Amino acid sequence: MKQTAEKSTSEDLTALEIQEINAIINHYEDHTSVAIEALNIVQKHRRWISDSTLKAVADFLQISLAHLESVATFDNLIYRQPVGNTVIHYCNSVTCWMLGSEQIREHLCQRLHVEPGETSADGQYTILPIVCLGACDRAPAALVGDELKIDLNTDAIDEILKR
Amino acid sequence: MDKPLTQNIHPDHDFTSLADYQKTGGYRGMRKALTELQPHEVTQQIKDSGLRGRGGAGFSTGLKWSLVPKKTSDLPDFQQTRYFVANADEMEPGAFKDRLLLEQDPHQLIEGIIIGAYAIQANIAYIFMRGEYRLAAKRVTYALQEARAQGYLGEHILGSDFNLEIYLHTSAGRYICGEETALLNALEGKRSTPRARPPHAVASGLWGRPTVVNNVETLCNVGHIIHYGIDWYHSLGLGADHGTKLFGVSGRVKHPGLWELPMGTPIREIVEEYAGGMLDGYQLRGFLPGGASTDFLLPEHLDVRMDYDVVAEAGSRLGTGTLIILDDKTCPVKMVLNMEQFFAQESCGWCTPCRDGLPWTVTLLQDIIAGQGRMEDLDTLAGLTRMLGPGHTFCALAPGAMEPLQSALKFFREDFERYIVGNNDELEYA
Repeated sequence: MKQTAEKSTSEDLTALEIQEINAIINHYEDHTSVAIEALNIVQKHRRWISDSTLKAVADFLQISLAHLESVATFDNLIYRQPVGNTVIHYCNSVTCWMLGSEQIREHLCQRLHVEPGETSADGQYTILPIVCLGACDRAPAALVGDELKIDLNTDAIDEILKR
Repeated sequence: MDKPLTQNIHPDHDFTSLADYQKTGGYRGMRKALTELQPHEVTQQIKDSGLRGRGGAGFSTGLKWSLVPKKTSDLPDFQQTRYFVANADEMEPGAFKDRLLLEQDPHQLIEGIIIGAYAIQANIAYIFMRGEYRLAAKRVTYALQEARAQGYLGEHILGSDFNLEIYLHTSAGRYICGEETALLNALEGKRSTPRARPPHAVASGLWGRPTVVNNVETLCNVGHIIHYGIDWYHSLGLGADHGTKLFGVSGRVKHPGLWELPMGTPIREIVEEYAGGMLDGYQLRGFLPGGASTDFLLPEHLDVRMDYDVVAEAGSRLGTGTLIILDDKTCPVKMVLNMEQFFAQESCGWCTPCRDGLPWTVTLLQDIIAGQGRMEDLDTLAGLTRMLGPGHTFCALAPGAMEPLQSALKFFREDFERYIVGNNDELEYA
């Protein structure tokens, strides 16, 4: 019974995901080591890591689900809940904080009617804090999708949200 | 050649290709190492150059390499394989130096890795990069392909017996991944908690094999040292330390930025000349010389030189060499709270002092700022700076977190007290 139940909640990795994971699996001495990059790869295609996706990755790598979960919940950039099309990570570390990251956060939340950690009703944006993005000379900064945005102010945020 | 690390980095073009890199002498250091020098001679030169780790700890790079067991036939099997790792996990609040090197001149790093891997006879190297550095990952990937196509990676590099592959590993985050042994766990696909030492990574690191982990900026020095020589490298420093370093300033200064300057450059020159001094209407109240996990220094320390031991004598650490400025309109207590929240969040939870002590620190600071603090809380905070200090934890995260707190308690005590006695309305902080 248990096996059937597990099987019904598991989903398979796509051929492309498997191809991308296989391309790097030999970079390491064992399969456990590719866990984080495999999660990154799968998340790139699915935006977030659901329980069934996590199981699919664990099964594919032949590592324990508990181990993979321990890694997935540890790392800042693995999303274990659904996120929007674009995740906006606003930096809240010290220099950005000094130069206005709280106003950036307030403006983002106000414009999108969300709290940090939530996704806008249209599914476009998820707002999350992030630690220092290494752009302190151009603070405040945020990572919008894959793009680093610097010298932020409320106008710049409006411009980003317009797209 | 007084700015070797940034000679190829210009505001008008933002990527140094293999061809560009070679135009200014790139890969000549690698050529010399692989064709003229024995591995131990390379290590000796780096040791004699006096190069110290630019990630924050300042350990001698050549000494670290020399601690890897020599590759001889009587070594046990597990020590025959060794690994070389570049730490590109820059995440120290206030640090923005490695990103520039990764994005704009990735071949300089690759050359350093090849030389380092040759010195310790590693055939596989990893660049461990934080996941947020998306552009850097793209540029490094491209540069690795160029280097491979040129025969600088792969088998029999430059016709020698030396083989090397470099793999880029993109992480999914956490500050702790930048800690040497936590990084190794992350590379092994585990939760990124530090390991107990000994054994040190040079003896038993990645998958139990001898492993060297060096910071990006450190490795960017290596090719130049081998090519131009030790005397040249020594001539670059102004004081006891050698070479140049990327120094940065962030906060309310006129021109925040990053500059390659000689080791030993006085802080005053960096803050007043390069960063242009404070913005109009703001006064300098203090600064963290090398990121969030270094002690505050005061305006009276402006003449301190940015050398490892000199900054240490002044009561702080050179750290990453990227200064964070505290101005007179920013509350130092709230600034410390912001940093302690960072450290509490980023603590991996592996050892108790850090896991419990940092949230406790945050709670006390929040209470103080909310007007609910008591004078005894300052003694408790001072006690925490000792309990979370060196020697009580697996790694340097908690001791680093205590550095800005302990110095703020010393230098800005009246700011803490004003919240407690309840006349903080007088403060004009933003």
